Amino acid sequence: MKRVIVLLPLLLILSGCSGNWGWYVVDPTTTNGANNLHFMATGAYNTILMSLTAIIISVIAGLLVALPGLSEKKAWRAFNRTYVEIVRAVPILVLILWVYYGLPQLSGITLNVFWAGVFALALSDSAFQAEIFRAGIQSISKGQYEAAQSISLNYRDTMRYVILPQAIRRILPALGNQLVYMLKMSSLVSVIGMQELTRKANELVVSEYRPLEIYTILVLEYLVLILIVSSGVRWLERRMNSSEA
Amino acid sequence: MTDQPNLIEMRGVSKHFGDFQALKDVSLDVKLGERVVICGPSGSGKSTLIRCINRLEAHEAGEIVVDGVTLTQSQDSPDKIRGTVGMVFQQFNLFPHLTVLENLTLGPRRVLGLSEDEAKARAMLHLERVQIPDQADKLPRQLSGGQQQRVAIARSLCMEPRIMLFDEPTSALDPEMIAEVLDVMTELATSGMTMIVVTHEMGFARRVADKMVFMDKGEIVEVGTAEDVFTAPKSDRFAAFIKQILNH
Repeated sequence: MKRVIVLLPLLLILSGCSGNWGWYVVDPTTTNGANNLHFMATGAYNTILMSLTAIIISVIAGLLVALPGLSEKKAWRAFNRTYVEIVRAVPILVLILWVYYGLPQLSGITLNVFWAGVFALALSDSAFQAEIFRAGIQSISKGQYEAAQSISLNYRDTMRYVILPQAIRRILPALGNQLVYMLKMSSLVSVIGMQELTRKANELVVSEYRPLEIYTILVLEYLVLILIVSSGVRWLERRMNSSEA
Repeated sequence: MTDQPNLIEMRGVSKHFGDFQALKDVSLDVKLGERVVICGPSGSGKSTLIRCINRLEAHEAGEIVVDGVTLTQSQDSPDKIRGTVGMVFQQFNLFPHLTVLENLTLGPRRVLGLSEDEAKARAMLHLERVQIPDQADKLPRQLSGGQQQRVAIARSLCMEPRIMLFDEPTSALDPEMIAEVLDVMTELATSGMTMIVVTHEMGFARRVADKMVFMDKGEIVEVGTAEDVFTAPKSDRFAAFIKQILNH
């Protein structure tokens, strides 16, 4: 609701100076405008698919990196710290370029644009996910581990049935933030030719020469996607809280 | 009682937390069916003692034998006493995201390999024993402290342990809820369960304890029958402690 209130004056300003705008390029009542809008919207599929695939991989990788970070053994913790510090230090754009252009030379494995993008996004995000999981798991009281131990649950069952279900509830808002972040960062994969929202907008700008209008539509596209995601996360939080109350 | 075998044997057990010595050369035998109450001032090592028995803490020196199994000094052999020792905590430590029934069936299903129906039947049996079968589908936070502690007792019983450890089970409860928990524990004692209870509830101790243990500064200062130690404490430290507890 708050965001809608902020948006309204913005739209009024935009419509007020319509003389400087060339909205015809995206006017849905004209054939050309409708085609352009459709062309731009088709990028949404790849943006969403790429972000969702990457977030799923990064959540799993993040958890797998977080668990050794909680170990009592120094070597496991060192692995966790090294992974997090190195991966976190590489800019996402650099990582995308490195995976797409560098990795094939290094390993002979050539990833297509989609998987190179997903891999780079997931790798980059996994370091943050690992930190989120670690903090979430550490916030669960020692008494929960002891209770699990007193009924002889092994490590795997303790994590699966006792610790993680509680930790995930606590880190859900942070996971939602990461998904929003992922949707935005996926725009960077356009540089290696991924046909997602940003790439489509770029291509249209080249043929239509109306960057202001087209990029404004692009902004709105991301805005809509992210509003849907954040309201979805809030709904999930409410549902989980009410099932506990 | 004297002809029963020892279920727990502790010989010269010591334990440090950093520079602090929590247990100093502690020896204690607990026979099958025996009810032992441990009391003493805070920091005297009572909790550490029983936490060593179910491997929540690893001891450093000495020997602990539980039901014929010698516990090694490293903490990696809890499987061997799996299901033998149950524990009830001061803070209940129920799993807050699971219903009462799920709290009770988790161990039997995952550890003992019971089917869902078998585990539920067993859980309901023990919920009836602690007199709250009607709360089975509620979450822990919807229950009073006394009810939560009774669920915790039932959760331990579902694993069918041979020994039950109680670590100050009524210390976190409002006064009006203490009785309902003690009643359940008294019933358990009457049924023949081997119990070690760390508590300051002297009325309960008098009623059920076969053996009273008084600890101070990591040592066992005095051991005797409840009647003996209450009427004629041998050590000055225990006499002073009892006086404080009863006059507070």
